[in-house]
Amino acid sequence: MRIIQSSEVAKSVITKESLFILDVRNTDAFEDWKIEGERVRHLNVPYFDLLDGIEEIEDQLPKDEEILVVCAKEGSSIMVAEILEEAGFSVGYLSGGMKAWSEYLEPVKIADLKSGGELYQFVRLGKGCLSYMVMSGGEAAIIDATRMTNVFTDFAEQRGVKITNVFDTHLHADHISGGRQIAKTTGATYWLPPKDAEEVVFEYAALEGDMSIQIGDTRIDIQALYSPGHTIGSTSFIVDDSYLMTGDILFIDSIGRPDLAGLAEDWVGDLRESLYSRYKELSKDLTVLPAHFMIIDELNEDGSVSEKLGVLYEQNHGLNIEDEKEFRELVTGNLPPQPNAYQEIRETNMGKIQPDEETQREMEIGPNRCAVR
Amino acid sequence: MIQSDNVLDAKGLACPMPIVKTRKMMKDMEDGQVLEVQSTDSGTTADLQAWTESVGHQYVGHVKEADVWRHFVRKSGQEDQSQKEYPVTVDNSQLMDRLQQPDAVLLDVREEAEYAFAHIPGALSIPLGQLEERMAYWDKDKKFYVVCRTGNRSDMACQKLVANGFESVTNVIPGMSEWNGETENTVGGINQ
Repeated sequence: MRIIQSSEVAKSVITKESLFILDVRNTDAFEDWKIEGERVRHLNVPYFDLLDGIEEIEDQLPKDEEILVVCAKEGSSIMVAEILEEAGFSVGYLSGGMKAWSEYLEPVKIADLKSGGELYQFVRLGKGCLSYMVMSGGEAAIIDATRMTNVFTDFAEQRGVKITNVFDTHLHADHISGGRQIAKTTGATYWLPPKDAEEVVFEYAALEGDMSIQIGDTRIDIQALYSPGHTIGSTSFIVDDSYLMTGDILFIDSIGRPDLAGLAEDWVGDLRESLYSRYKELSKDLTVLPAHFMIIDELNEDGSVSEKLGVLYEQNHGLNIEDEKEFRELVTGNLPPQPNAYQEIRETNMGKIQPDEETQREMEIGPNRCAVR
Repeated sequence: MIQSDNVLDAKGLACPMPIVKTRKMMKDMEDGQVLEVQSTDSGTTADLQAWTESVGHQYVGHVKEADVWRHFVRKSGQEDQSQKEYPVTVDNSQLMDRLQQPDAVLLDVREEAEYAFAHIPGALSIPLGQLEERMAYWDKDKKFYVVCRTGNRSDMACQKLVANGFESVTNVIPGMSEWNGETENTVGGINQ
């Protein structure tokens, strides 16, 4: 029996390899959230239905390919994998289960920057979150870090760069930010848009529109662009005159939802203004780097999630709704369910509550649901 | 205190062990009995609910005390499948009107744990197994209404009452499984 790490599953998903998953969580958990990929096939049978053996599902399992058994934390998948191995199947289990998958970040290089330095995207495949690291002249900036902070600090250390600035484009409602923690351990400055930070209980640097922050001595501008709509404080960044980090305002195949702070009706106008006016004035050649992806189809060949702004203006449905009323209906009418525990996540990101790590994990379970399509 | 017939200490155990042990213990229990499963693994709630539904047992409810979840699970029994035979019945929707009668008494013959998580205000908790012992003290002239989860245990209770000389006995159909009126909860936990 093979112990399979999340990094290996991530490679299979990105390179579109064939993968057969026997997911032994209960059906509700599976239907809510699972490992997705273009050539990933699933069979969901709860582990407790397999305690008497696997005879009933035996003919639904492939005999000529490895079966990846997945559960919530790994215990049940080991039990089922053992039964399968005894029955002669080639089998492995996902180390750490869906918990580990949800926390795995795949670093993908986006580009060498014109001014020297590099830009990396951290793809959280299990949750759809995207974080960024800009490195230049021995310094690093992190944008929209997830709570797995050592992934970022280790990455910076390996490359010998010092994290000097940490940003959140907005107050997140779908995942717990690692920004403040990273700033604390590295001595970096933690930036938040003040309009999203009215209730936070910690010190932060105010991220305002039309300001530039330099990373390293090769001068990479991070230009903040105030772009309300998903939250009232939502801010976008332009890095190195080439990359537009849109936070949760604009995604590749969808647009942000304005309701997660309970003010959908108030913010829909701001969202439209940001998408249909402010972004439209920007260069079409900017590469859009969002803070999320929703579906696995949004991944490029190398696992990155990015697209030219000009292409999005042609192809993203959310950018092509002429009628303002229709737009309003799209973003306030057919909203998907709100992310799991989004109120508690907001309060955690404001510093109002300090749940332990296990509780933080549970709060983040499930898909992110930050977009409307 | 919520009554159970057996207690399984699954504290500190990770999935799949709480379910594996629950299943083993339930096999040795009698139909209709209630098992308390104590667990510290947060995944046990959803898994126990899904498992009981899958095998036909009843997830009664749980309470959380400090870091320990106390789950109550009832083994499905023959009485849950048997045919209803007792002829005098009243529909859930008319029960509250009937209970306005001066001599009306409502008996809830489910297990105490089931009663604890949700019952009709004013109902007396008389688990089916204790009925014969308790009925000796009751006034045979009162009007008895008997409720359980699906109407089967209460059907048996009605027959017993009549056989013991009670004259006005009515089964409540279908019972608590579809009750959408007011309920009381004496444990503060979450019921199914």
